[in-house]
Amino acid sequence: MDVQLKRGLLDVCVLAAIKDEDSYGYRIIKDLKPYIELSESTLYTILKRLEAAGMLTVRSAEHDGRIRKYYRITGEGVRRIEEFKAEWKEVISIYRFVAKEDRDE
Amino acid sequence: MNKKEFLAGLEAGLSGLPREDVEGRLSFYGEMIDDRVEEGASEEEAVADIGPVEEIVAGIVAETPITRIVREKIRPKRGLRPWEIVLLVLGFPVWFPLLLAAAVVVLSLYIVVWALVVSLWAIEISLIACALAGIPAAIVVIARGDALPGIAALGIALFSAGLSILLFFVCVSASRGAARLAKKAACGIKSGIVGKESTK
Repeated sequence: MDVQLKRGLLDVCVLAAIKDEDSYGYRIIKDLKPYIELSESTLYTILKRLEAAGMLTVRSAEHDGRIRKYYRITGEGVRRIEEFKAEWKEVISIYRFVAKEDRDE
Repeated sequence: MNKKEFLAGLEAGLSGLPREDVEGRLSFYGEMIDDRVEEGASEEEAVADIGPVEEIVAGIVAETPITRIVREKIRPKRGLRPWEIVLLVLGFPVWFPLLLAAAVVVLSLYIVVWALVVSLWAIEISLIACALAGIPAAIVVIARGDALPGIAALGIALFSAGLSILLFFVCVSASRGAARLAKKAACGIKSGIVGKESTK
Protein backbone atom coordinates (compact mmCIF):
# COMPACT_ATOMS: atom_id res chain seq x y z
CA MET A 1 0.00 0.00 0.00
CA ASP A 2 1.13 3.55 -0.70
CA VAL A 3 2.93 5.05 2.32
CA GLN A 4 0.97 8.32 2.34
CA LEU A 5 -2.32 6.47 2.03
CA LYS A 6 -1.45 4.04 4.80
CA ARG A 7 -0.44 6.88 7.09
CA GLY A 8 -3.78 8.61 6.64
CA LEU A 9 -5.66 5.34 7.17
CA LEU A 10 -3.75 4.52 10.33
CA ASP A 11 -4.52 7.92 11.84
CA VAL A 12 -8.25 7.40 11.34
CA CYS A 13 -8.06 3.78 12.55
CA VAL A 14 -6.47 4.88 15.82
CA LEU A 15 -9.11 7.61 16.24
CA ALA A 16 -11.85 5.06 15.57
CA ALA A 17 -10.34 2.72 18.18
CA ILE A 18 -10.75 5.36 20.90
CA LYS A 19 -14.01 6.83 19.61
CA ASP A 20 -16.50 4.94 21.78
CA GLU A 21 -14.45 4.76 24.93
CA ASP A 22 -11.00 5.76 26.15
CA SER A 23 -8.38 3.18 25.35
CA TYR A 24 -4.69 2.45 25.98
CA GLY A 25 -1.78 1.52 23.73
CA TYR A 26 -1.85 -2.26 23.83
CA ARG A 27 -5.63 -2.40 23.51
CA ILE A 28 -5.53 -0.13 20.45
CA ILE A 29 -3.05 -2.47 18.78
CA LYS A 30 -5.17 -5.52 19.64
CA ASP A 31 -8.40 -3.88 18.48
CA LEU A 32 -6.89 -2.93 15.14
CA LYS A 33 -5.07 -6.23 14.56
CA PRO A 34 -7.86 -7.87 12.50
CA TYR A 35 -7.87 -4.88 10.14
CA ILE A 36 -4.40 -3.38 9.97
CA GLU A 37 -1.01 -4.41 11.38
CA LEU A 38 0.38 -1.70 13.65
CA SER A 39 3.76 -1.78 15.38
CA GLU A 40 4.42 -0.13 18.73
CA SER A 41 6.77 2.43 17.17
CA THR A 42 4.20 3.39 14.56
CA LEU A 43 1.45 3.70 17.15
CA TYR A 44 3.62 5.92 19.33
CA THR A 45 4.29 8.28 16.42
CA ILE A 46 0.61 8.38 15.46
CA LEU A 47 -0.53 9.08 19.02
CA LYS A 48 2.00 11.93 19.30
CA ARG A 49 0.90 13.36 15.97
CA LEU A 50 -2.81 13.17 16.84
CA GLU A 51 -2.16 14.71 20.23
CA ALA A 52 -0.23 17.60 18.64
CA ALA A 53 -3.09 18.09 16.18
CA GLY A 54 -5.54 18.31 19.08
CA MET A 55 -7.45 15.20 17.97
CA LEU A 56 -6.95 13.34 21.22
CA THR A 57 -5.96 13.98 24.82
CA VAL A 58 -3.85 11.81 27.11
CA ARG A 59 -4.32 11.10 30.79
CA SER A 60 -2.35 8.87 33.10
CA ALA A 61 -4.34 6.65 35.43
CA GLU A 62 -3.31 4.04 37.93
CA HIS A 63 -4.01 0.50 36.89
CA ASP A 64 -3.01 -2.51 38.95
CA GLY A 65 -0.33 -0.62 40.85
CA ARG A 66 1.24 0.96 37.77
CA ILE A 67 0.61 3.95 35.55
CA ARG A 68 -1.17 3.44 32.28
CA LYS A 69 -1.85 6.13 29.69
CA TYR A 70 -5.38 6.45 28.37
CA TYR A 71 -6.27 8.26 25.19
CA ARG A 72 -9.53 10.16 24.68
CA ILE A 73 -10.83 11.51 21.39
CA THR A 74 -11.64 15.24 21.11
CA GLY A 75 -14.29 17.01 19.03
CA GLU A 76 -11.59 17.66 16.46
CA GLY A 77 -10.86 13.93 16.28
CA VAL A 78 -14.53 13.04 15.81
CA ARG A 79 -14.69 15.62 13.02
CA ARG A 80 -11.68 13.96 11.34
CA ILE A 81 -13.50 10.60 11.33
CA GLU A 82 -16.61 12.19 9.79
CA GLU A 83 -14.45 13.91 7.19
CA PHE A 84 -12.79 10.57 6.39
CA LYS A 85 -16.15 8.86 5.96
CA ALA A 86 -17.35 11.58 3.58
CA GLU A 87 -14.12 11.42 1.54
CA TRP A 88 -14.24 7.66 1.25
CA LYS A 89 -17.84 7.56 0.17
CA GLU A 90 -16.56 9.33 -2.91
CA VAL A 91 -13.57 7.00 -3.25
CA ILE A 92 -15.84 3.96 -3.01
CA SER A 93 -18.12 5.22 -5.76
CA ILE A 94 -15.05 5.86 -7.92
CA TYR A 95 -13.82 2.36 -7.10
CA ARG A 96 -17.15 0.87 -8.20
CA PHE A 97 -16.84 2.72 -11.50
CA VAL A 98 -13.25 1.54 -12.05
CA ALA A 99 -13.98 -2.07 -11.04
CA LYS A 100 -17.01 -2.16 -13.38
CA GLU A 101 -14.82 -1.04 -16.31
CA ASP A 102 -12.52 -3.98 -15.51
CA ARG A 103 -15.41 -6.43 -15.59
CA ASP A 104 -16.78 -5.16 -18.88
CA GLU A 105 -13.52 -5.68 -20.70
CA MET B 1 15.76 -10.60 27.14
CA ASN B 2 13.62 -9.30 29.98
CA LYS B 3 11.88 -5.95 30.34
CA LYS B 4 14.78 -4.28 32.13
CA GLU B 5 17.31 -5.32 29.48
CA PHE B 6 14.98 -4.27 26.69
CA LEU B 7 14.40 -0.82 28.14
CA ALA B 8 18.11 -0.39 28.93
CA GLY B 9 18.95 -1.28 25.32
CA LEU B 10 16.35 1.17 24.06
CA GLU B 11 17.62 3.94 26.30
CA ALA B 12 21.23 3.38 25.23
CA GLY B 13 20.27 3.35 21.56
CA LEU B 14 18.23 6.54 21.80
CA SER B 15 20.51 8.48 24.15
CA GLY B 16 21.34 11.04 21.44
CA LEU B 17 17.69 12.05 21.13
CA PRO B 18 15.95 14.73 23.20
CA ARG B 19 15.41 13.56 26.75
CA GLU B 20 11.63 14.01 26.73
CA ASP B 21 11.36 11.86 23.58
CA VAL B 22 13.37 9.09 25.19
CA GLU B 23 11.35 9.15 28.44
CA GLY B 24 8.10 9.08 26.48
CA ARG B 25 9.23 6.05 24.47
CA LEU B 26 10.55 4.22 27.52
CA SER B 27 7.31 4.55 29.47
CA PHE B 28 5.32 3.65 26.34
CA TYR B 29 7.27 0.44 25.72
CA GLY B 30 7.28 -0.36 29.44
CA GLU B 31 3.50 -0.14 29.47
CA MET B 32 3.29 -2.32 26.35
CA ILE B 33 5.35 -5.04 28.03
CA ASP B 34 3.36 -4.81 31.29
CA ASP B 35 0.06 -5.10 29.43
CA ARG B 36 1.24 -8.24 27.64
CA VAL B 37 2.47 -9.74 30.91
CA GLU B 38 -0.91 -8.96 32.49
CA GLU B 39 -2.54 -10.90 29.69
CA GLY B 40 -0.53 -13.98 30.63
CA ALA B 41 2.69 -13.70 28.62
CA SER B 42 6.06 -14.05 30.32
CA GLU B 43 8.33 -11.00 30.31
CA GLU B 44 10.58 -12.65 27.71
CA GLU B 45 7.64 -13.47 25.46
CA ALA B 46 6.30 -9.95 25.76
CA VAL B 47 9.68 -8.46 24.78
CA ALA B 48 10.09 -10.91 21.90
CA ASP B 49 6.60 -9.97 20.67
CA ILE B 50 7.54 -6.30 20.48
CA GLY B 51 10.60 -7.01 18.36
CA PRO B 52 14.39 -6.58 18.33
CA VAL B 53 15.62 -3.42 20.09
CA GLU B 54 18.11 -2.60 17.31
CA GLU B 55 15.35 -2.57 14.72
CA ILE B 56 13.13 -0.35 16.87
CA VAL B 57 16.01 2.06 17.54
CA ALA B 58 16.88 2.24 13.82
CA GLY B 59 13.23 2.92 12.98
CA ILE B 60 12.93 5.71 15.54
CA VAL B 61 16.19 7.35 14.44
CA ALA B 62 15.14 7.16 10.79
CA GLU B 63 11.85 8.96 11.47
CA THR B 64 13.28 11.64 13.77
CA PRO B 65 14.10 14.78 11.72
CA ILE B 66 17.83 15.45 11.48
CA THR B 67 17.32 19.04 12.72
CA ARG B 68 15.93 17.70 15.98
CA ILE B 69 18.87 15.35 16.41
CA VAL B 70 21.45 18.06 15.70
CA ARG B 71 19.71 20.57 17.94
CA GLU B 72 19.81 18.06 20.79
CA LYS B 73 23.42 17.25 20.03
CA ILE B 74 24.70 20.83 20.11
CA ARG B 75 22.65 21.82 23.15
CA PRO B 76 25.10 21.81 26.07
CA LYS B 77 24.16 19.36 28.82
CA ARG B 78 25.28 21.99 31.35
CA GLY B 79 26.23 25.64 31.23
CA LEU B 80 29.55 26.32 29.50
CA ARG B 81 32.41 27.28 31.76
CA PRO B 82 34.15 30.61 31.01
CA TRP B 83 37.36 28.94 29.83
CA GLU B 84 35.35 26.71 27.47
CA ILE B 85 33.77 29.77 25.90
CA VAL B 86 37.21 31.39 25.52
CA LEU B 87 38.54 28.19 23.95
CA LEU B 88 35.55 27.97 21.63
CA VAL B 89 36.06 31.56 20.44
CA LEU B 90 39.85 31.23 20.10
CA GLY B 91 39.48 27.89 18.35
CA PHE B 92 36.97 29.26 15.87
CA PRO B 93 39.54 29.67 13.04
CA VAL B 94 40.36 25.97 13.48
CA TRP B 95 37.06 24.23 14.07
CA PHE B 96 34.90 26.30 11.77
CA PRO B 97 36.88 25.59 8.56
CA LEU B 98 37.07 21.91 9.54
CA LEU B 99 33.31 21.73 10.04
CA LEU B 100 32.75 23.59 6.79
CA ALA B 101 35.14 21.27 4.95
CA ALA B 102 33.33 18.21 6.26
CA ALA B 103 29.99 19.63 5.15
CA VAL B 104 31.40 20.48 1.72
CA VAL B 105 32.85 16.97 1.31
CA VAL B 106 29.46 15.42 2.05
CA LEU B 107 27.77 17.86 -0.33
CA SER B 108 30.27 17.24 -3.12
CA LEU B 109 29.90 13.44 -2.80
CA TYR B 110 26.19 13.98 -3.14
CA ILE B 111 26.70 16.14 -6.23
CA VAL B 112 29.10 13.59 -7.77
CA VAL B 113 26.52 10.81 -7.47
CA TRP B 114 23.80 12.91 -9.05
CA ALA B 115 26.15 14.25 -11.74
CA LEU B 116 26.78 10.63 -12.72
CA VAL B 117 23.07 10.05 -13.04
CA VAL B 118 22.57 13.25 -15.03
CA SER B 119 25.39 12.37 -17.44
CA LEU B 120 23.93 8.90 -17.99
CA TRP B 121 20.64 10.53 -18.95
CA ALA B 122 22.50 12.97 -21.20
CA ILE B 123 24.05 10.05 -23.07
CA GLU B 124 20.65 8.42 -23.29
CA ILE B 125 19.08 11.57 -24.75
CA SER B 126 21.87 12.04 -27.30
CA LEU B 127 21.57 8.40 -28.39
CA ILE B 128 17.85 8.87 -28.93
CA ALA B 129 18.51 12.10 -30.85
CA CYS B 130 21.13 10.30 -32.96
CA ALA B 131 18.67 7.53 -33.81
CA LEU B 132 15.79 9.92 -34.55
CA ALA B 133 17.87 12.19 -36.77
CA GLY B 134 20.13 9.50 -38.21
CA ILE B 135 17.53 7.16 -39.70
CA PRO B 136 15.74 9.76 -41.89
CA ALA B 137 19.09 11.34 -42.80
CA ALA B 138 20.48 7.97 -43.89
CA ILE B 139 17.38 7.31 -46.00
CA VAL B 140 17.81 10.69 -47.70
CA VAL B 141 21.47 9.91 -48.41
CA ILE B 142 20.62 6.49 -49.85
CA ALA B 143 17.84 8.04 -51.98
CA ARG B 144 20.38 10.46 -53.42
CA GLY B 145 22.40 7.49 -54.61
CA ASP B 146 25.26 7.46 -52.05
CA ALA B 147 24.47 3.90 -51.04
CA LEU B 148 27.58 3.02 -49.03
CA PRO B 149 27.79 6.08 -46.74
CA GLY B 150 24.00 5.94 -46.41
CA ILE B 151 24.01 2.31 -45.24
CA ALA B 152 26.83 3.09 -42.81
CA ALA B 153 24.85 6.01 -41.39
CA LEU B 154 21.75 3.83 -41.12
CA GLY B 155 23.75 1.21 -39.25
CA ILE B 156 25.05 3.77 -36.79
CA ALA B 157 21.57 5.18 -36.26
CA LEU B 158 20.08 1.73 -35.64
CA PHE B 159 22.94 0.89 -33.31
CA SER B 160 22.21 4.09 -31.35
CA ALA B 161 18.54 3.19 -31.18
CA GLY B 162 19.34 -0.25 -29.77
CA LEU B 163 21.88 1.11 -27.32
CA SER B 164 19.45 3.80 -26.14
CA ILE B 165 16.85 1.17 -25.29
CA LEU B 166 19.38 -0.78 -23.23
CA LEU B 167 20.74 2.35 -21.60
CA PHE B 168 17.25 3.48 -20.64
CA PHE B 169 16.98 0.65 -18.13
CA VAL B 170 20.47 1.41 -16.82
CA CYS B 171 19.48 5.09 -16.36
CA VAL B 172 16.29 4.22 -14.51
CA SER B 173 18.02 1.86 -12.11
CA ALA B 174 20.89 4.33 -11.62
CA SER B 175 18.40 7.06 -10.67
CA ARG B 176 16.62 4.74 -8.26
CA GLY B 177 19.93 3.60 -6.82
CA ALA B 178 21.11 7.18 -6.30
CA ALA B 179 17.85 8.06 -4.53
CA ARG B 180 18.17 5.00 -2.29
CA LEU B 181 21.81 5.83 -1.58
CA ALA B 182 20.91 9.40 -0.63
CA LYS B 183 18.24 8.16 1.77
CA LYS B 184 20.59 5.58 3.26
CA ALA B 185 23.34 8.19 3.68
CA ALA B 186 20.92 10.49 5.53
CA CYS B 187 19.99 7.63 7.87
CA GLY B 188 23.67 6.78 8.31
CA ILE B 189 24.59 10.34 9.22
CA LYS B 190 21.72 10.50 11.68
CA SER B 191 22.53 7.24 13.45
CA GLY B 192 26.20 8.28 13.44
CA ILE B 193 25.30 11.40 15.41
CA VAL B 194 22.96 9.54 17.78
CA GLY B 195 25.26 6.54 18.16
CA LYS B 196 28.34 8.47 19.23
CA GLU B 197 26.48 9.83 22.20
CA SER B 198 25.82 6.37 23.64
CA THR B 199 29.50 5.37 23.67
CA LYS B 200 30.37 8.26 25.97
